[in-house]
Amino acid sequence: MKQFATLIKTLDSTNKTTLKVNALTKYFEQAEPKDKVWTIAILSHRRPPRPVNTTLMREWASELAKIPLWLFEESYHIVGDLAETIALVIPPSEESSEKSLHQFLDEIIKLKKQPEEDKKAYLFENWLSLNYYERFVFTKLITGSFRIGVSQKLMTRALSKATQIDEDILAYKLMGNWEPVKTSFNRLILEENKSDYLSKPYPFYLAYAIENEPQDLGTVQEWAAEHKWDGIRAQVIIRESELFVWSRGEELVSDKYPEFESFTEVIPDGTVLDGEILPFPKGEIGTFKDLQTRIGRKNVSKKLLEKTPVILKAYDVLEWKGKDIRSRSFKERRQILENLYTKTQDLDIPLQLSETISFSNWEEAAKERERSREVKSEGLMLKRWDSPYLVGRKKGDWWKWKVDPLTIDAVLTYAMRGHGRRSNLFTDYTFGLWDKEKNELVTFAKAYSGLTDAEFRKVDAWIKRNILERFGPVRSVKPQHVFEIAFEGIAESKRHKSGVATRFPRILRWRQDKKIEDANTLEDLKALIP
Amino acid sequence: MKTPLLHFNQKGIYCKQADVYLDPWKPVKKAIISHGHADHSRWGHQQYITHHTNVPIIKHRLGDINVAGVDWGESFIVNGVKFSLHPAGHIIGSAQIRVEYKGEVWVFTGDYKLEDDGLATPYEVVKCHSFITECTFGLPAFKWQPQKEVFNEINTWWQQNKEEGNTSVLFGYSLGKAQRLLKHLDTSIGQIYTHAAIENMNEVVREIASLPETIRITKDTKKENLKGNMVLAPPSAHGSPWIRKMVPYVTASASGWMTFRGARRRRAIDKGFVLSDHCDWQSLFTTIKATGAEKIICTHGYTDIFSRFLCEQGYDARTEQTQFEEENAEQEKSASIKSASS
Repeated sequence: MKQFATLIKTLDSTNKTTLKVNALTKYFEQAEPKDKVWTIAILSHRRPPRPVNTTLMREWASELAKIPLWLFEESYHIVGDLAETIALVIPPSEESSEKSLHQFLDEIIKLKKQPEEDKKAYLFENWLSLNYYERFVFTKLITGSFRIGVSQKLMTRALSKATQIDEDILAYKLMGNWEPVKTSFNRLILEENKSDYLSKPYPFYLAYAIENEPQDLGTVQEWAAEHKWDGIRAQVIIRESELFVWSRGEELVSDKYPEFESFTEVIPDGTVLDGEILPFPKGEIGTFKDLQTRIGRKNVSKKLLEKTPVILKAYDVLEWKGKDIRSRSFKERRQILENLYTKTQDLDIPLQLSETISFSNWEEAAKERERSREVKSEGLMLKRWDSPYLVGRKKGDWWKWKVDPLTIDAVLTYAMRGHGRRSNLFTDYTFGLWDKEKNELVTFAKAYSGLTDAEFRKVDAWIKRNILERFGPVRSVKPQHVFEIAFEGIAESKRHKSGVATRFPRILRWRQDKKIEDANTLEDLKALIP
Repeated sequence: MKTPLLHFNQKGIYCKQADVYLDPWKPVKKAIISHGHADHSRWGHQQYITHHTNVPIIKHRLGDINVAGVDWGESFIVNGVKFSLHPAGHIIGSAQIRVEYKGEVWVFTGDYKLEDDGLATPYEVVKCHSFITECTFGLPAFKWQPQKEVFNEINTWWQQNKEEGNTSVLFGYSLGKAQRLLKHLDTSIGQIYTHAAIENMNEVVREIASLPETIRITKDTKKENLKGNMVLAPPSAHGSPWIRKMVPYVTASASGWMTFRGARRRRAIDKGFVLSDHCDWQSLFTTIKATGAEKIICTHGYTDIFSRFLCEQGYDARTEQTQFEEENAEQEKSASIKSASS
């Protein structure tokens, strides 16, 4: 544990990527194999199921700290991290544990099935006998993920330095649903193991948003354009007559979309498709809201399947006839995909092609982009015809060229403190629009991002001086500031007080030039509903 | 109901009987000043009374003002009200203000801490009936380590940076924190360079107390000379063009706010040392108990939380709105005012 806690502390106390990679590399060279597997698992968000719920942890921590629960809760809202709060309020200890990381995790896994009093005794014992940082790390292992600015990419880079195995190969090995308790470092990282690969997806290639004008990308003929669909990015794998569907969050979602089962009868073994899962009610593409009725469901009822079926809008093929073809050009891969599609299009399977569109100049492309909302896409994707399928988010060959978001000017009405690096700062805001009849502000969206750190500090300082009322962690503030809020989509909603749901709202800019009377009305917002 | 001996109005903490304000935030006739930080000693009063070691400090900041210095415990009477100043231990020259009238005693703490920092006259408990206290760090999450341990960490950090060929840039407020750091840095490791805002203040403090030797950074300072040495700078210097001269450097901040991981991370500082000139949670209680006061008024910091907890403990506690800046990791306003004025 000491070694792991030191690693987390080092990662947490630097902002420099090279220092982070060095610390991780050193750890992967020195730690015992079982600990390494767990470290990889934790840093790729594969932590064990939570053995104790957080309500109990709060109660127990406040008991041990001899403070009332409300005071613990207030402290938590200000510190912004549960494990950190617990580590801070419990009386200090200087001890350090000789137990290894995997021993702790074995105990934590077993803890789940134990009676409540044993759980409490276990937590008390460890909370009291670990020093501040180990206590924090121990509690984090129980409560949630470590947000310490280490992406999977960065971890893979360090692992590659430590093992001399190519980064892309490692990224592939770490995909899918491996479990840290059932594997070993040898098996996961070092050995070649064919049977593991049956369900394994390829790392997704992700695009950045276009930085300048598309004209800067060169001639339009070098680029394939297609609409950017607003669904769930997914890989569909057909191998040995079995079907596996992976979401971009590396979640195996085959059970959630049983309609794809029919692919196994039509699409040859050894095929991996990359595409977008889209809702397809009434024979046409639906909204993201339609898809949301499917996302959370493990057991899909027949009724729901009829009401909101899904399709795969395929845009790429990564494996063909059992061969990894990611290094071939996009043009070649598309040729294979289109041939496959031609053969299957008369059959009744939920597979469609994401058509590529050719343009003779960029102006034409820009016009097509303007049509995006009509065809229910978020904009255009630009892919270089001769590009291979890369690993992770890379610049150069693929670009997102999204339509400009919808915007509206709203008034800041409520604020809450943020978490992590925004702890103790009021950064989570609620915005209201005018209800003209009642002459009052009606909440329509929450937004947490979009301002610079300096702007957040300014707004925070203002909020702290202009609080009207408190509702638990939420503060109502004097209506005084107007912000331009951007969002991707809008639909009617019965669940929202405003009657409207917006998709991915965020702050575009602080309109210090506007007074609250200049903010938009609810009617203005509703006028944007397509 | 009779007017309390001290009450809070638009201008500050007011003693009506004597027509005197304590740390007022609007211009008044007669002001008793607890210490030299900008939010407690403001511009524009006709008369200032403060501890004599604070006189050069506020003169440096406010220019040619009408100020009288008094000694610890030396009482002066205004219209029958007895005032005296007692050490607060916050920064050099910082005082608590004791107010007595017809046997009733009030104490206003200004800002304070219990640990002897080697520069400020150490805190002394003053018995009273009503206690007006700050509670900047009035949350159970705040627990200070003994400063010796913190300075060991700081000096080890400096040594290590030096070995790796880096300059150490340490941020702290120009008045108070900077001199406290200076006093405890291990000068056998290297030389200590200072930002002008800090060095101007050092010159003032040197009239009152002894400080280790420092070198002012000017436009002529050679980059090569800085390497491996220590640079003390106000927090506002972080991210400014001024700091580019220090390359290659690592940064650290010394503040009570460094208790929170998030506070350090969002400011993009490499290292945080938890070192405060205020009371932590436990010392606030220790002090309140020691004063024997029954009535507690919380002025700045986590006032609502702290006073609610005091009430649960059986105190008659409440909060009052003041214009003392919540000294805060986010707010470097007072620090930049200080550097602008120096």
